Amino acid sequence: MNHHHTVAILVNDHPGVLQRVSALFNRRGFNIDSITVGPSEQPGMSRMIIVTLGDDRIMHQVINQVEKLIDVVNISILSEEPLVARELALIKVEAEPVKRPEIMTLAETFRATIADVSSDSLVVQIVGDTEKIEAMIELLTPYGILQICRTGVTAIARGRKPF
Amino acid sequence: MNTSHLLSQDRIPGSEILLRSLLLEGVECIFGYPGGSILNFYDEIYKNNELRHYLARHEQGAIHAADGYARATGKVGVCVVTSGPGATNLITGIATAHIDSVPLVIITGNVPLSMIGTDAFQEADIVGMTMPVTKHSYFVRDVNDIARTIREAFYIANTGRKGPVLVDIPKDVTAKETTFVWPEAVSLPGYQIRRDIDEPQIDDLLAALGQAKHPVLLAGAGVMHADASNELIKFAEKSGIPVVTTFLGLGGFPSQHPLWVGMPGMHGSYAANMAIQQSDLLISVGARFDDRLTMNASRFAPHAEIAHIDVDKAEIGKNIPTRYPVIGDVKHVLNYALPKVSSLPTATWLETIAEWKSSHPLRYQDSEEVLKPQWVIELLHRTTKGEAFITTDVGQHQFWTAQYYPFTRPRSLISSGGMGTMGFGLPSAIGAQIGNPDALVISINGDGGIQMSSHELAVCAIHHIPVKVVVINNEVLGMVRQLQEVAFEERYSEIDLSGSPDFVKLAEAYGVKGLRATNKTEAEQVWQEALAVKGPVLVEFVVPSSENVYPVVPGGKALHEMMLGDDEK
Ligand SMILES: Cc1ncc(C[n+]2csc(CCOP(=O)(O)OP(=O)(O)O)c2C)c(N)n1
Ligand SMILES: [Mg+2]
Repeated sequence: MNHHHTVAILVNDHPGVLQRVSALFNRRGFNIDSITVGPSEQPGMSRMIIVTLGDDRIMHQVINQVEKLIDVVNISILSEEPLVARELALIKVEAEPVKRPEIMTLAETFRATIADVSSDSLVVQIVGDTEKIEAMIELLTPYGILQICRTGVTAIARGRKPF
Repeated sequence: MNTSHLLSQDRIPGSEILLRSLLLEGVECIFGYPGGSILNFYDEIYKNNELRHYLARHEQGAIHAADGYARATGKVGVCVVTSGPGATNLITGIATAHIDSVPLVIITGNVPLSMIGTDAFQEADIVGMTMPVTKHSYFVRDVNDIARTIREAFYIANTGRKGPVLVDIPKDVTAKETTFVWPEAVSLPGYQIRRDIDEPQIDDLLAALGQAKHPVLLAGAGVMHADASNELIKFAEKSGIPVVTTFLGLGGFPSQHPLWVGMPGMHGSYAANMAIQQSDLLISVGARFDDRLTMNASRFAPHAEIAHIDVDKAEIGKNIPTRYPVIGDVKHVLNYALPKVSSLPTATWLETIAEWKSSHPLRYQDSEEVLKPQWVIELLHRTTKGEAFITTDVGQHQFWTAQYYPFTRPRSLISSGGMGTMGFGLPSAIGAQIGNPDALVISINGDGGIQMSSHELAVCAIHHIPVKVVVINNEVLGMVRQLQEVAFEERYSEIDLSGSPDFVKLAEAYGVKGLRATNKTEAEQVWQEALAVKGPVLVEFVVPSSENVYPVVPGGKALHEMMLGDDEK
């Protein structure tokens, strides 16, 4: 059965780590929907969050293989437990001055902000889970979307779980 | 070895740090090929007399030699080459070692740091290219990192599930000087070796053993890697469980032992394949359920629950669903299980197996007119009492060796199992012989594969490495011919090896003695002569082209659906 999986990987902050990890997903036919990397709470280590679609059994094999990488310190499937997942999107929308108030109200209902205003466009900045961002995009589409930049999902387990 | 002169904290160049680090790791010999980017290190080799270097004739020969050395000795094999083509020539050898879990440290030079990424002359991203076939790899940017990197590389290569580690060093990094400091310990937070075992897992397995009527131990190369042959013998004897050994597991359990059933798999024996198919509890001891072993995986061991002992957690359940996983070093696991296991009532099961063995022994149609390859292998066995180190190349001769040379000692068969790399036979024998200077080392090759590395005869000649190089000359890519005969209705496409050299003359061109036999009398005679030769010798046995390896399980079939070759001429 194919499922979306959200995986958190604590890695040494060494060159090539991203390549090593993504290659292992690739080899077993897993398409990576999104990948985010950034410094973690531990010095010298980064945390990667990967969202991928694939078969459960093979997912566990990929995890076992990734765990073997020398630069991987810890790995866990976040989506098997309650989690908080967020991404950020910057959406550039066509906006003649007359349309601006309408778009700004829409953004407000999503608790999005306006990051930039030019004579004929706006940049809407939104943070949320994937569904929320997709809903925002859908509502903005009629105005004419010029560009979308999304960070991909980053996520964290709820409660005091260490990972 | 006295290492105090190596440890002194002098200000020295990276190249000398590299050399000292290798010596401190206990390296006695390395296999390599020089070139621009690695010259600083070769200058150290020139000045030093503690480290022996063997100049191969092709980088692939160097790495297969390091591989053969590692497989035969259990030590880490070391290979050193230059950047660009020197490094890329290693890739087949790295993949060969990786899939068979052989510990190697590979050192490649690279262009100076300032040139990296500029498509400089002989620049290759060897770290990137070899990521999928190394256990780990390093690109060393700072001379201060060399000693620590080498220390880590050896540790990673030869612990846990073993494998090749590549260290790529730009030329200017080996030229820079710094104070030599040998790190006291390695610290790798992402690489924790499990020294413990999970006792409840083993207890579960032991409880299941009590219920089993047809248990079978499946011993793989992990028995060799863990140095656990004695423990396995004791466990089998105490429990009374019969043992089958995979191709790379041959020698891990002595084949003259009454509990040994045979080798299962694509070219496995009838008894070994039937034992697996009839088994109700199949216990893998360091075997990874490779597809040449299982053949049709969904119909593999259909009545058996699977137990799997492995250091590598990722192997468990990878190919075959596993009921009893046991993660840990095979030796530790067996040592824990040994006092607890009881003698099982396997007498009837052993009788059934004995009947299979006697009703369907390995057999071939012998001849007095022509020399049969199986008979040649039997000759080698008879005259060496099964005590030689045998390396093979890849093809029919490889499986005739597995079938007709019963192995008795761990590490005595050296062969490319997972990758099936032609060209492995001769250079791996050179490495095995260097690691065991007083042992008898025989390299068994096909007429195809020997031509992928016959240039390494030069190494045998110049260093007097007394390998007995056997060429089973059937004038054809025999293994491919066999597949085309069966699966492609005898449409023989590009398998004719006409144009091959006169192998005796080829050997002599290198200053190596060459001998040839075309019938049994000659074979007995020249082989005795070869054994008496002090140095290297090549012996060509001319055999028919049409001989096939039997039994064979055709692709897609289950293990018991063997073709036995009975309807053959
Ligand atoms: C590098 C490489 N290329 C191709 C193959 C495919 N292959 C497997 S066995 C074989 C034939 C080997 O012929 P030979 O060395 O004469 O041995 P024989 O089978 O005749 O004993 C070939 C081409 C391989 N295993 N390795
Ligand atoms: Mg041949």
